[in-house]
Amino acid sequence: MKIEYSIKLRRERLENCIIRFLRITGILFFIIMVAFPFYWMIVSSLRPLEEIVMNPANLGLDIGKIDFKAYYDVLFDHGFLRYISNSIYVSAITVALSLVLATVGGYAVTRLRFRGRAFMSYSILIIYMFPAIVLVIPLYVIFSYMGLRDSIHVLILVYLAQTLPVALYMLMSYFKTLPVEMEHAGLMDGCTRFGVIWRIIIPLSAPALASVALYTFMIAWNEFLFAFMFLDTPDKFTISRGVVQLAGSVHLSKQLVMAASVMVTIPILILFLFFERHLVRGMTAGAMKG
Amino acid sequence: MSSLKRMHYREGRLAFWMLTPTFAVVLAFVLFPVIWNLWLCLKPVSLADLRGDALFHFNLTLDNFWRVFSDPDFGTVLLTSLTYTIGGSLLSILLGLAAALLVCGKFRGRAFLRGLFISPYIAPVVAVTFTWSFILDPQLGVLNRLALDSGLLTRPIPFLSQRWLDLEVLGVGFRIPLALTSVILFEGWRYFPFAFLFILARLQGIPNELYHAASVDGATPFQRFFHITVPQLATVLSTLFLFRFIWTFNKFDDVFLLTRGQAGTKTLPLNVYDYAFGEFNIGASSATAMVLFGVLAIFIFVYFRWGVRIEN
Repeated sequence: MKIEYSIKLRRERLENCIIRFLRITGILFFIIMVAFPFYWMIVSSLRPLEEIVMNPANLGLDIGKIDFKAYYDVLFDHGFLRYISNSIYVSAITVALSLVLATVGGYAVTRLRFRGRAFMSYSILIIYMFPAIVLVIPLYVIFSYMGLRDSIHVLILVYLAQTLPVALYMLMSYFKTLPVEMEHAGLMDGCTRFGVIWRIIIPLSAPALASVALYTFMIAWNEFLFAFMFLDTPDKFTISRGVVQLAGSVHLSKQLVMAASVMVTIPILILFLFFERHLVRGMTAGAMKG
Repeated sequence: MSSLKRMHYREGRLAFWMLTPTFAVVLAFVLFPVIWNLWLCLKPVSLADLRGDALFHFNLTLDNFWRVFSDPDFGTVLLTSLTYTIGGSLLSILLGLAAALLVCGKFRGRAFLRGLFISPYIAPVVAVTFTWSFILDPQLGVLNRLALDSGLLTRPIPFLSQRWLDLEVLGVGFRIPLALTSVILFEGWRYFPFAFLFILARLQGIPNELYHAASVDGATPFQRFFHITVPQLATVLSTLFLFRFIWTFNKFDDVFLLTRGQAGTKTLPLNVYDYAFGEFNIGASSATAMVLFGVLAIFIFVYFRWGVRIEN
């Protein structure tokens, strides 16, 4: 009995050692695997072209040789100033519309009695499963026919349709957790339904609204397929579309593509750093499509 | 009409108006395209027909499906699609599981690691695909250059532009689909955070008493892992596989941006694009999209018929 116990103890200790070792090497492996591409993106964007061609295996960054020319070129010679402002415009409007429609819709589904209410909350998730590649060709065809395809506003509506189901779903599940007594009191005191939404629901739902806003912003900012298929005029390009254009037009100047990639990534990473909690909540609630 | 009934009627009408804009957007940009696609896939439509009224002529045919299924490459593309989907899904879930187990305990810097591990998933797809293409580039790529300089390789490996790579291990020669493997590895890199988040949430939900009880009974750490953790994760792992399978099967962006479907990486979604913009054959493109949609419908049906029940 005693011997058996000590063997057990030894095994426990051995396994704990193995686990410690695996954990440390595992964490190092993941850190390098995840962080290296981002590190390399930034380092390459700050290098002059000669350095990239002559010395591609130099892993460090010479502080003295840092060169912001790629950013200057991309912003001013390759139209990225325009693409960035287009992307901000598209994302901001998508976020605003998505917030308004999902708040009003979520209120209706969780607070009002009407036929088909259960069906509504069920079908939302199915809608959300429809992949973009199945929708893009028919939409391309109809908007080409109508002459509306090459338009930033059509793109906004497409993004809205892509994000609304998740936004609605997230707000519905949040509204369900809010106590209704205050709203009843509000209605008794003569508030309209919209008054209740504005004065009671919205102030109480700030965290959920933040999650929706971040999620929607991220989808609209990152989106590639529809922007790529729909937009023809460079003046209307979003930043993702612009990066693809740049990568297709300049073959050797990798540092330009990397500078553009940094510019499209930075806003998302900054938002993520500050609002990680909200963003993660949004992603897990909606199980972000991708 | 009693006043209660009238109130219900008014509430219903208000709900209708509140939901109309959302309905309109979803109807126009999600449901309508699906139905419109059903029409397009049964018609001979080329890219040149988009400005005329030929789109609405009633000349239905099954030629597009014939075109898609009799394509000599159809079998290869389907096989590539399945390999990519299953490989990418499994890899991302395994990496996600490993990452979740690593981050699960309590230690300093845990929040930082969690944030870091999610970043491949939230970064824009164009940025990460171009960065990886650059890293893997045979001439200027850092990976090939480091391997060459250190003598690991004698000539660079074109990870994303070569179909096959002949390998010899212990005197046995075999070949692996190089570009496809690279794309699957990328898929694992980019989507493991998705599995990571869900598995981590589940791990933290496992009651500590289970582990305490097991260690009192003399279970070693590995035994505790295999007899407690693994069974507790079974549901979330299978649900994750279903979702990853659906989304990877329909994934276009990543493969398109990495390889354009060259070098043996052409999947069905790439075919949707190539029929439309390579052959100007919108009909065949829609038919391929219908095939994808059919597969999706089967999976959704399976999920809602059995999956939801398992979860409950």
